Amino acid sequence: MPNLIINGRNMSVDAADDTPLLWVIREQLQMTGTKFGCGAGLCGACTVHVNGEAVRSCQTAVSEAVGKQITTIEGLSAKGDHPLQKAWIAEQVPQCGYCQSGQIMQAASLLSKNSSPTKEEVVAHMDGNLCRCMTYARIQRAVLRAAAEMRTASTGNDRRNT
Amino acid sequence: MNKHLNHVQGEPVGSAVPLSRRHFLIGTAAAGLVLGYAASSDLLGLDQAVAAPAKFDPSVWYSIGEDGLVTVTVGKADMGQHIASTMAQMIAEELGSKWSDMRIALATNDPKYNDPTLGAQITGGSWSTMMNFDAMCRAGAAGRIALIDAAAAMMNVPAAELTVRDSVITHAKSKTSKTFAEIVKGGKITKTFTPDDLKAIKLKTPDQYTMIGVSVPQLDIPFKVNGTAKYGIDTFLPGMVYGKLVLPPVRYGATVKSVDDSAAKKVPGFIKAVTLDDKTMTTTGWVVAVADTYQHARQAAEALKVTWDHGPNAKVSSESLLAEAKRLQKLDDSGLFFVKTGDTASGLASAAKVLEAEYTTNINIHVPMEPMNATAHLDGDIWHIYSGNQFPTRSGAIAAGAAGVDPKHVVLHQTWLGGGFGRRLDGDMMVPAVQAAKAVGKPVKVIYSREDDATMDFSRPLTYQKMKGGLDQSGKLVALNHDVVSAWPTARWGIPEFLSPSVDKKGALDAFTVNGSDFFYSVPNHNVRAILNEMAQKATPSGQLRSVAPGWTFWAVESIVDELAHAAGKDPAQFRIAMLDGAGDNDGGAQRLRNTLLAAMGLAGYGSLKLAKGEGMGVACVSSQERKTASWTACVAHVAVAPSGEVKVKKLTVATDVGTAVNPDGIRAQVEGGAMWGLSLALYEKATMKDGGIEQTNFDTYTPLRMSQMPEVAVNIIANGEHATGVGEPTVTVVAPAIANAIFNAVGARVRSLPITAEAVKAAMKA
Repeated sequence: MPNLIINGRNMSVDAADDTPLLWVIREQLQMTGTKFGCGAGLCGACTVHVNGEAVRSCQTAVSEAVGKQITTIEGLSAKGDHPLQKAWIAEQVPQCGYCQSGQIMQAASLLSKNSSPTKEEVVAHMDGNLCRCMTYARIQRAVLRAAAEMRTASTGNDRRNT
Repeated sequence: MNKHLNHVQGEPVGSAVPLSRRHFLIGTAAAGLVLGYAASSDLLGLDQAVAAPAKFDPSVWYSIGEDGLVTVTVGKADMGQHIASTMAQMIAEELGSKWSDMRIALATNDPKYNDPTLGAQITGGSWSTMMNFDAMCRAGAAGRIALIDAAAAMMNVPAAELTVRDSVITHAKSKTSKTFAEIVKGGKITKTFTPDDLKAIKLKTPDQYTMIGVSVPQLDIPFKVNGTAKYGIDTFLPGMVYGKLVLPPVRYGATVKSVDDSAAKKVPGFIKAVTLDDKTMTTTGWVVAVADTYQHARQAAEALKVTWDHGPNAKVSSESLLAEAKRLQKLDDSGLFFVKTGDTASGLASAAKVLEAEYTTNINIHVPMEPMNATAHLDGDIWHIYSGNQFPTRSGAIAAGAAGVDPKHVVLHQTWLGGGFGRRLDGDMMVPAVQAAKAVGKPVKVIYSREDDATMDFSRPLTYQKMKGGLDQSGKLVALNHDVVSAWPTARWGIPEFLSPSVDKKGALDAFTVNGSDFFYSVPNHNVRAILNEMAQKATPSGQLRSVAPGWTFWAVESIVDELAHAAGKDPAQFRIAMLDGAGDNDGGAQRLRNTLLAAMGLAGYGSLKLAKGEGMGVACVSSQERKTASWTACVAHVAVAPSGEVKVKKLTVATDVGTAVNPDGIRAQVEGGAMWGLSLALYEKATMKDGGIEQTNFDTYTPLRMSQMPEVAVNIIANGEHATGVGEPTVTVVAPAIANAIFNAVGARVRSLPITAEAVKAAMKA
């Protein structure tokens, strides 16, 4: 019976080792912010972080995630106020919204390593995440907006001073 | 819109009382103030009604709680177009409520929540805003009037001296005010509006708007960035088990010969293999593997050995569908006339120049990001089904058919839709969920794999269109014959009201396969035939994909018009403008379309920007969705074509006249997404049929546009004070012809098949 650490909490799940992490998170633990889109690593809707890296949970066996820090959209921020989440609202990104958890988790792994990505770096990092509503332009803008906000926050520059 | 839609009742899901015979009631209930329609004409006093709740069952369009929060019940499917928020915005405009006080509840399939114009619960056609604008505004205004009356009584001042803003009613003279919450807590509001009273309410004029025309934040977005928005697939019920489909290799017409579950029985948690017995004929040859978890259901589905009789469509391919379409088009007596103006035969015979061309589109599949799913639960004698659906009236009836019960025993619970695009107009997912739940005696959640979803799509049909146009000596288009051969998706529904009589009354045709061909150009002799491809109808079967017919009719119309312009030696944009003269029935629409085209041309720098070698701009303009529900939309595509034939779309400039923009940013989002859909269908999406099955199973072989393929997009929304029109679909239809026309202007290569491939462009360059 594997033990998982999800969003900082220890959780014991009843699943065979080769069960995709996606189905454990979604259907057994009922944390439904992580979405099923293709089951083949082609769309990115199921993206979560394992030890800070964005991975496709549909392609990750539960056994590979044991003992590692798993983060889902529910755990990205305490109050849903990660700079990316705020930027997603400011830019009014989601339409149907189904892919957006995966988009945000994918983007978060970029900004955690690169606080000043170029537009090209955003595109390269996000190209594996499909959005069938095709909100790509707004996703791009929101990632750049969040990056700018994170830079401002980390350098302590208050906007009123600039 | 088909005028018949006014009378659509859909399948018999209980009897809906027409709005004209219902009264709008406002009264205090336990939850606060409720506002909605009820059939009672003898009009219980509302205090009595609350005492006898069984008799007070209005279709609550919104309620106001004692906390002042306004909850709008939405009978529309919200699949990302933010229609729920838009409905709330229209109510808030007239009600005078504060935007942050607005909340949304999603309705069930109860007929009391039917669309007031359509008489059914169906979301499509870019109809929702246009058809609900008046009803929502009047509902909001009725609430405001009732609140003002109550406030006047509470404050002991004349109602005429009160003003409403941000959920507060103010008496300026005495500098006193009451909040909506305080008035509702007072509990004294009782008011009834007859249909005539409602009609008599003087609505605001656009110069008085404080909400309509403002890009207020969409109410559904906060839940979609923190993982809490609930889609159908997120349903959990106590004791629920899972179903995974086992599907035949052919799309339609297979029957199950045998099911061997000996290996599946070794899968832990396996419960049962259920072979569907679908009397609604929505599905054929489907088996469901039921198990305690979805992982086990998937493993059991793998382990089941099912054999099928592949049925009558086992040899059908995209090639045979196209060959059959060409055969049918050549027959003089094929199809039914959708347009018959003047005499095209003599017009073509006397023309100075005649141009013939054929245009095709391949099969396209919806593949919304949330795969199809449904959760079914029998509670007593009521089936509760949880699934995001665009046509609850019909899908509820399909569920009832699958369960073998009267439709009034089915409650369809609406959820947010993880994409719709027309796919969720169908109700196939109801059948495996209901029959599996019935077979195992427990709630069952059926989740399609992406492969199940792709191969069992109700696809946009393969289409074949033959055009023949004649120019006179001066280069004016004088005659146009247009034949459209396709499956008839809407005819498949079996609802006569959704069909239209042919212009010569010789039969009923599916106008949702030819809409758009009845354009606003003045062409004195013009025929359009709608021809049903029976082979496709049986084998595919087809559905409505975002933008439906105008997605292919304008591909042909806006391509041939461009070809004719070049043949006449005229600038294609000016050629169009000359035909948009507003003569006869085209008055109004033609001028709006002309203005929109001019706006797009100006924004794009059409004819003025100097372009590099191998680059070109092309135009197209459309009156999608239907002639009576058009949003006037034009596009200028700027492309660069490589010697290899590879097309790079550098920029799309879109202008669209929507009359009244309720939420400008929401409209912009739809137009941006619609333009990308148009591009994706033009260049990247192609499904094919082989041996009766769809060959593409996932996003490796069916490849919608990704972020790296996105060009620059410029969008201009024209709001000129005309009534509000829809925006979910029209932009989808204008992009492909604009790109093809730009390719021609860039390198002289004419492409006539979608999607456009580098090979086709290169071949046309050589020709």
